[in-house]
Amino acid sequence: MAMLRPAGDFDRSYEQDMALLRQPWHYWLLGISLLAAFTLPLWGDAYLVATANQIAYTVIAVQGLNILTGYTGQISLSQAAFMLVGGYASALLVIHAGFSFFIALPLAALAAGAIGLIFGLASLRVKGFYLAFATLAAQFIIPWLSRHTFKDYLGGANGAIEVPLPQLGGVNFGEVSNYFYISLVVLLITTFLLFNVSRTRLGRAFVSVRDNDLAAELLGVNLFTYKLRAFFIAAMLAGLAGAIKAHSQRGVGTEFGYSLNESIIYLGMLVIGGLGTNLGPFLGVAFIILMEDLSDLLGGVLAAAFPEISDQLLTSFRPIFFGVALMLFLIYEPRGLAHRWQLLRAGWRLRPFAR
Amino acid sequence: MNWSLVPQQFVTGILNGGTIGLIALGIVLIYKSSEVFNFAHGHLVMFGAFLTWWFTGGGAEPGAGFIDLPLWGAVVAALIVSMGLGLVIERFALRPMTGQPLLAIMLMTLGLAQLFEGTTAILFGVELKSNFPAPFSPSDVLVIPFPGAFGDAIRLKYTLVATFVVATLAAVVFIWFFNSTKTGLAMRATAEDHEVARSVGIKVRRVFGLSWGIAGVIATLGGVLLATVSGVSLNLSTVALIAFPAILLGGLESLGGALLGGFAIGLVQALVQASRLIEVRNSSEIAPYLLLLVVLLIRPEGLFGQKRIERI
Repeated sequence: MAMLRPAGDFDRSYEQDMALLRQPWHYWLLGISLLAAFTLPLWGDAYLVATANQIAYTVIAVQGLNILTGYTGQISLSQAAFMLVGGYASALLVIHAGFSFFIALPLAALAAGAIGLIFGLASLRVKGFYLAFATLAAQFIIPWLSRHTFKDYLGGANGAIEVPLPQLGGVNFGEVSNYFYISLVVLLITTFLLFNVSRTRLGRAFVSVRDNDLAAELLGVNLFTYKLRAFFIAAMLAGLAGAIKAHSQRGVGTEFGYSLNESIIYLGMLVIGGLGTNLGPFLGVAFIILMEDLSDLLGGVLAAAFPEISDQLLTSFRPIFFGVALMLFLIYEPRGLAHRWQLLRAGWRLRPFAR
Repeated sequence: MNWSLVPQQFVTGILNGGTIGLIALGIVLIYKSSEVFNFAHGHLVMFGAFLTWWFTGGGAEPGAGFIDLPLWGAVVAALIVSMGLGLVIERFALRPMTGQPLLAIMLMTLGLAQLFEGTTAILFGVELKSNFPAPFSPSDVLVIPFPGAFGDAIRLKYTLVATFVVATLAAVVFIWFFNSTKTGLAMRATAEDHEVARSVGIKVRRVFGLSWGIAGVIATLGGVLLATVSGVSLNLSTVALIAFPAILLGGLESLGGALLGGFAIGLVQALVQASRLIEVRNSSEIAPYLLLLVVLLIRPEGLFGQKRIERI
């Protein structure tokens, strides 16, 4: 994406040209937001920290989806299933192989990535809408396997196993204010890596596959390897997110969700945030999760007011709000919140010459 | 494989497949005319079933409900309402999306599905309504002698036979409608090429609206048939997830293919259920998706679909 630069902002070396942080205010913004994130458990209450934790690991999963759907243009309806793989892999490594959580976490990501590759193979045969169906099949087959095979390890038809807490020194990760730092550090690492993916050969190849796969092939982009790489990265990040989620919720399995519905919500988050932007996953996930909390609040208030229909009031505002928000964004702002942010910044930069 | 169960399951599977095929038909219809794959069709099915249930009195004592229609009247009322609903969806949700990329249109129908899920729960409640007025009692069974089968006979519930007959008849009527009436031909012409259709005087927008209206009717009909077998609940929408493999198997553009795909999926599910292999029995819920993967890998265009030629 061509960046509009203010007058007088010149690059005097290649290092400067490639720098992610260019302006003094970039450093200030990054510093302040990092400070705010790392001190959140000090000034936020437990509810806020728990929400931030949920946002952090969901952003990791949506970042993966962003690589696959946003950058490479391969529609995937199976991100939640890959999270399930990661969660189980990490849990089983910790429980049965005696690994530390911090070693199991990257291994779980690799395991999920491998499963992602298997279903990614379908992308070589079919594309677009047919690929969406291949991933839909993955979203049914993986949770089904977790319910009906290896019952001693995977929890069987009830669909859940207990997951131990990570151990590191004397830190009690049962407190969400401590656990939050794990999610936050992993999120920072993935964010840094993905910022670099999007502006190197890999990311440009992904975008060319998305924009026109035949043209990309003519330009020398190997569709076979690049599509598989996108699937691998997406599933790997889903695996990371799933492992963090599993240890945070201290349980993994179909009891804890990981359904088609969640895969759809991740896609919705991505679109609302902005497809193919690095900022999109953050904005979209925060928007949807805060909106879900709001709808739970509204449902709770209405359920107290109308107790005879409290069941349906408690459960139905989430899908209604999500559906309406998604539809409105698709019609009025299909490029998502990230595009709004760009417009805001451009407007501020061009002030007072443009409105 | 428990061979003595096979004849029974074979027939039951085909009979179940009729309803799946009818639901698949509604999705294919919209895809054919406007290239929108409607992920919300299952939720239209569910909503139609709830509407019909509500029009029959909503499970209240006879005479005590808000509206108290006999079953046939309730079905007609629900069909009219769902036709209007289809028109409204097309006008306000899909028409603004014309020309948008595939992902956006897909997510639009997924968003619609979520909206329907929540709205139906608020309007009608989340619990299973098992008191859907069925035309036959569950004990009415048709017994066909069949030597070699379990108990030397195939037993078929009247309800199941009736749903099969209605579903197949409706599907055949709709296929005839598309192949032989003027409106149906206009719809097929629109499916072929919007601009050419418009240039010969077909009102393309009206055709889009009409196809959504008819899809609403088909969905409600399917919902009523499902409800007579399994009662009314939010879970009815999951039938669409079984209809998807049926559509891809039959081919996206083929109405007859959708119906045959429905039969095939019903058959596969029933036969898997008859199997005695360890754990295979459980797989009847994902067997359609394994079949879907096979179809995608071997013949992505399905049995009767059009093979698309990629142009640069």
